[in-house]
Order: sequence, then C-alpha cells, then structure tokens
Amino acid sequence: MTNNYYDPADLRKFGKITEWSEELGTKFFNYYNAVFEEGALSAREKSLIALAVAHVVKCPYCIDAYTKDGLQRGITKEEMMEAVHAGAAIESGATLVHGVQMMNKYNKLSM
Amino acid sequence: MATKSLKARHKELAETNNQLEILNGGIFQEGELPYFKDKIAEIGQFPLRPNKLEVLQINVGYMCNQVCEHCHVDAGPDRKEIMTKETMIQCLEVIRNTGAHTLDLTGGAPEMNPNFKWFVDEASKAGIQDFIVRSNLTIIRANKKYHDLPQFFKDHNVHVVSSMPHYTRGKTDKQRGAGVFDKSIMALQELNAIGYGKPNSDLRLDLVYNPSGAYLPGDQAALEHDFKIALKEDFGIEFHNLFAITNLPIARFLDYLIASENYEDYMYSLVDAYNPAAVQHVMCTNTISVSWDGWLYDCDFNQMLDLKVASKVKHIKDYNEDLLHERDIIISQHCFGCTAGAGSSCQGTVA
Repeated sequence: MTNNYYDPADLRKFGKITEWSEELGTKFFNYYNAVFEEGALSAREKSLIALAVAHVVKCPYCIDAYTKDGLQRGITKEEMMEAVHAGAAIESGATLVHGVQMMNKYNKLSM
Repeated sequence: MATKSLKARHKELAETNNQLEILNGGIFQEGELPYFKDKIAEIGQFPLRPNKLEVLQINVGYMCNQVCEHCHVDAGPDRKEIMTKETMIQCLEVIRNTGAHTLDLTGGAPEMNPNFKWFVDEASKAGIQDFIVRSNLTIIRANKKYHDLPQFFKDHNVHVVSSMPHYTRGKTDKQRGAGVFDKSIMALQELNAIGYGKPNSDLRLDLVYNPSGAYLPGDQAALEHDFKIALKEDFGIEFHNLFAITNLPIARFLDYLIASENYEDYMYSLVDAYNPAAVQHVMCTNTISVSWDGWLYDCDFNQMLDLKVASKVKHIKDYNEDLLHERDIIISQHCFGCTAGAGSSCQGTVA
C-alpha cells in the first residue's frame, strides 16, 4: 500500500474490483465496453467525450487512459485540447449560470 | 532529434548484449511480468515452430538518409553495413529456388545500396509473386540519382510499402525528422501520378504506421480509414492498405523508452495486451530474414538483436529451406510486441 491516494500503477488493477463483487463488476465492465463500441457515434468521438469528462470529473486515471487511447487512435493534440476546453466551458458555465440565482436573490432582498 | 545512430554515438544500447540483458532482466527477472516463453507455453506453442515459408525478407544494408527516433535497426547515414554484390548473388540463387511467394527488401533505405537497382532487376526475373520494397519515401526526393525511383519501381512491378507515421506534419516530423512530412507527401503524389495506389491498380502502394511514442497502435482499419480521408482531402493522395505496426523495444526505440522513463509501462502495456490468437500467425512463423552480410534470422527484429536462427544452416551460402523448416524460433521478451492486441508484423495485424 502506497502513501498516496492516487498511484498510476493502480489503473491496470481496475479489473480487480470484480473479484470482490463478481456480478456487479462484470455488469459494469460489460456496460462500459458496450458504451465505447462503434455506434451512432464513432469510437473516436466517444474517446474525445471520455477525455473531456475525465477532466471535468478530475479523474487522473481516466485522463491517463484517454490521453493514451486518443494517441492510439491517431487523435491529435489540438483535438484533445479542444475536447478539454469543451468540458471546461460547460463546467465553468455551470458555475456561472448560478450567477443568475445570485442576482435573483440579490434583487429580491434589496430595496 | 539525434542525427547519428546509437552506434556512431557509442551508446550502450548499440550493443545487442546490453539490449538483451534489459529484455531478459528487470521486471521480467523479478517476476513482475511473465517471460514470453512461459506465456506461449500456456497455449502449447513453446517451442515456437515455423509454418510454411511465405516471405523471404532481405535487409540490403543499414544505411539510411533518415535517423528516425523509433528505428529498431538503428539505421542512419553513418551506418556502413551494406550488402555486397557477392552476397546478393547468393541471395539471387535462393530467390530463384524459394517456395516463398513474397520477396521483401528492407534496410536502412534499401535504395542506398549501390547495387540496389541491379539486384531488383535480377530478382524481378525470378518471377516471384509479390515483390516488396520498403521505401521511406523521402529517399526519392533526397538526391537527383533517386528521382527516377517511382518509374523504376513501376517498370519492375515492385510493391511499394512506405512509412507514414501520421497524416499531420507535426507528428511525422517529430518521429522522422524535420521536413520528412512534406517530402513524403511529394513522393506519394509522384507515385500516385504514375499509377501507384489507385483503386483497382495493380501497382500496390501500402503505408506503414508506427505510433510516434510509447503507446500501441489503435485499430488498423479505423486508422486506415482516417489516413485515407485525410490524405485524400488534404493532398489528393490515394493508397491501398495501411499496416499498423507496433514498435518493438529494440535499439533506438528501447533507448527512447528508457530515456523517457516509459520502458516499464510500455512492457506492461505489451504484456497486458497479449493475445494468444496472434501467436500462431506471428511473422517469424512464415518468414526468413537475411542480413546485409548473409546471416539468417527468424525476423528483422531478431536480426537487430543478433539472434541467428537455431539451425545448422545459419548463412545464405548454405541456405536449405527444408532444414530451416525444422528449426525452433528464437524468442525473447521483445516478442510481446508482435502478440499485443491484434498482433503486429511487417504486413500489419495478424489476428
């Protein structure tokens, strides 16, 4: 056991979660793998969505995994950075849109 | 980016013994990762044995006009290992009598061998079904004396297989050197102009894709699709197939992995992606590789590690296909590169 909360080496042990709950673990990985198959969206597009979400949920494992996945798919760094900005824009927008609530409250309380 | 080979820079990894020590030691010796031998024993494939011989691959020399960062040959302008005409004559004797349907010339830049054209001319007379030359493309633009190569290839019905790490300039030049992308594009356009790579054309033009870094190639069909669209839209270029080839931890790619502290993670990636279904189709089971000085190997990678065939016949002068067929194939941990994911060979994926 390391003294850090995040260890890069833990990513490849992800599959082991199934050992403590085979049914749920198997269901999760089956679902996960099905999500990223070619569908109405290409696997390439889904990889970029995953990269953006990885940043928004601030998951270092996911960032490592989907940066590498993008490289393997030939996705360029410009495409990756645009995806990260798309995630960041939604996240900052989600904060800022609450500014309307603040304004509403301010106006209600003010004479 | 380095402009000299590891050998010219007297780097430790220029010695094959040092490379093998790394591949057999460390995480493998400590039991963190399994030996390749043990993995293939699980499926009854140890010792690994040849199937029918299909490809005779001849390396006509390690000299190259490029010094690509990932090169497993450690090729470059400073390499002096060039096949002599005498060895070529011995190869021609074998080419005329082989049961293999494919002759595959590689290097270095094979075109830099001073007897290259003579050799191609003679070899093409043997009537072998598929005659491949692995051309790095930029050689065609490197010097006036190479400008006629596209027509020369066409006249000899040569199947051209060329490296192209990405359809964008940045990634290509980072791996292969400044200016490589533009020169490669020009060379591809010239090949297209005389009929290479066109749909339904018999003049075969395939591209080889190697990842530009410490990661495995993605799905070959998806990459081919992306390359075709991008090269067609941006440059009007057409080609037949894309071969996605995994970088094996040998020579300069091994040096890069160690220097960038990616070696262990990369080996984990290869072992994690081990695909038993790829084992029976790895290229050493259908290929004999001949070095510039006539020695025989199970593949070009074993050649670069100086792991000669385990057979009484070890040199082209004594070549005997039946005896070679009896051999066990020499393996080490670099072999995980050929069994990862969909597998990897000089002809692309295997599984």
